[in-house]
Amino acid sequence: MSDPAWIHASLTTARPQAVAALLRYFRDLDRAEEAFQEACLRALKSWPEKGPPRDTVAWLIFVGRNFGVDQVRRTAKQTELPDEDKLSDLDDREADMVERLDNSHYRDDVLRLLFICCHPDLPATQQIPLALRIVSGLSVKEIARAFLVSEAAMEQRITRAKRAVAQAGREFETPNAVDRAERLGIVAAMVYLVFNEGYSATGGEVHVRAPLCVEAIRLARLLLRLFPAEPEIMGLLALMLLQHARASARLDKTGNIVLLDDQDRTLWDRRAIDEGLVLVDKALRHRRPGQYQMQAAIAAVHARSTSPDETNWAEIDRLYQILERVQPSPIVTLNRAVAVAKVAGPDAALQLVEPLASPLSGYFHFHGLRGGLLMQLGRDEEAREAFNQAIGLAHTPAEAAHIRLQLDKLGQGKPALDKSQKRA
Amino acid sequence: MQYAILCYDREEIVEGWTQAEDDAVIAKHRAVEHDLAKKGRLGPTLRLLPTHAAMTVRSGDQPLVLDGPFAETKEQLLGLWIIDADSHEEALETAKKLASHKKTGALEVRPLRYFAAQKQVA
Repeated sequence: MSDPAWIHASLTTARPQAVAALLRYFRDLDRAEEAFQEACLRALKSWPEKGPPRDTVAWLIFVGRNFGVDQVRRTAKQTELPDEDKLSDLDDREADMVERLDNSHYRDDVLRLLFICCHPDLPATQQIPLALRIVSGLSVKEIARAFLVSEAAMEQRITRAKRAVAQAGREFETPNAVDRAERLGIVAAMVYLVFNEGYSATGGEVHVRAPLCVEAIRLARLLLRLFPAEPEIMGLLALMLLQHARASARLDKTGNIVLLDDQDRTLWDRRAIDEGLVLVDKALRHRRPGQYQMQAAIAAVHARSTSPDETNWAEIDRLYQILERVQPSPIVTLNRAVAVAKVAGPDAALQLVEPLASPLSGYFHFHGLRGGLLMQLGRDEEAREAFNQAIGLAHTPAEAAHIRLQLDKLGQGKPALDKSQKRA
Repeated sequence: MQYAILCYDREEIVEGWTQAEDDAVIAKHRAVEHDLAKKGRLGPTLRLLPTHAAMTVRSGDQPLVLDGPFAETKEQLLGLWIIDADSHEEALETAKKLASHKKTGALEVRPLRYFAAQKQVA
């Protein structure tokens, strides 16, 4: 590792906790960020000579807070005096502080910082950049690249988001147990959104968006460090690790997405899978099933199978039934139908799928699966119709190619399709 | 004398390394291990998954199972080497070589009292 690399790694790691604590002192995102920046600059000057302090996070908070207080005092001469309440804990001595800064103290701070980014007025397109900027410390340029927009546009989006959250104040009260659980759920959903922004990227974008997956996994690790006994947080981290473990098998040489069944499983990241599997087992011991745990458990069944044929579909069916209970949704039922088809045959699966026609009429996978089931049942004409609908809704070349393959199996469907494709 | 060299570091930093950074440190470790192995002085080496994968079982008549590592510490046990050394000094020399491969964390050098690589079943 080159010399400043370890300092940068330390600063990146310390960032969420340090900025969160500084935000508690100053109750102002910009001031907290500025104070942290200044502390980082001083760290870059002082650490190479003196070595890192024993507690890097406490050092950064202490230095940042002193800088911030100076700034407040300086501007106070020009503007009105700050409210003393807003500068709480000013008299703490450093030793005091280091002692107090154990996990439980960081916990509400970090949760608050993440929670602020999930402000209900903010659409996901603003929540995610705000979290990446403030919590993860990615540069506006990096975030803009991941979202495929210009730096100026992203800067504007983040500024707007900051302005919206600045007007909220209620987050600063210490949450009770119920609030805390609710916040944790909302924050977990936001972290999963960050992951999906990266994961659901189509072929050509995957490369630039992968950092979002890595960042989401880091945030989940942070949450789990703060809430080590929360099965849903274990599930969330496990789910992302197990999905991300397939990253290098998900793209072919031309950059197209490779479907799960067709992936070269030797390319899966065993290290990430091992960690994910352990976390799934740990979570399920709590017997408090939740959506992330169940999705992770399903991903774990795939991760344990060395080939698609070995997949334990009965187990997947069972897990989807639990997921249907904790998070009923037509998409969950549709996914369960895939398992049912393998276990009980196409007829049983089709019975599960048909009632989903109205909520999922615009969903690629609905028509794709339905077509496949109809084909297995020998109802070719209906199958062709379903496949044609699916192709019109395909998002990636891989999805479309997969359906075309099915149509080929049906025989005469192909020429008609080629004509319709030329139009597109 | 056999020694355990226990590697402690802040796992959130180590987990945050890029693959290239991780590979670079491990490659240097491997070189030291290779030299030890050539002399027949290297025992098992292992690297642990992060502490959030850990569970703790508290002793007692009805052992209690808890999530997480035994102790909440700023630096966590990440892995260990078992080596053979003629003296404390020699064990420390090996630890110093390993410690020079990164800037954070620490290595604890601890003599072994008992070691069985694999139990023979009679």
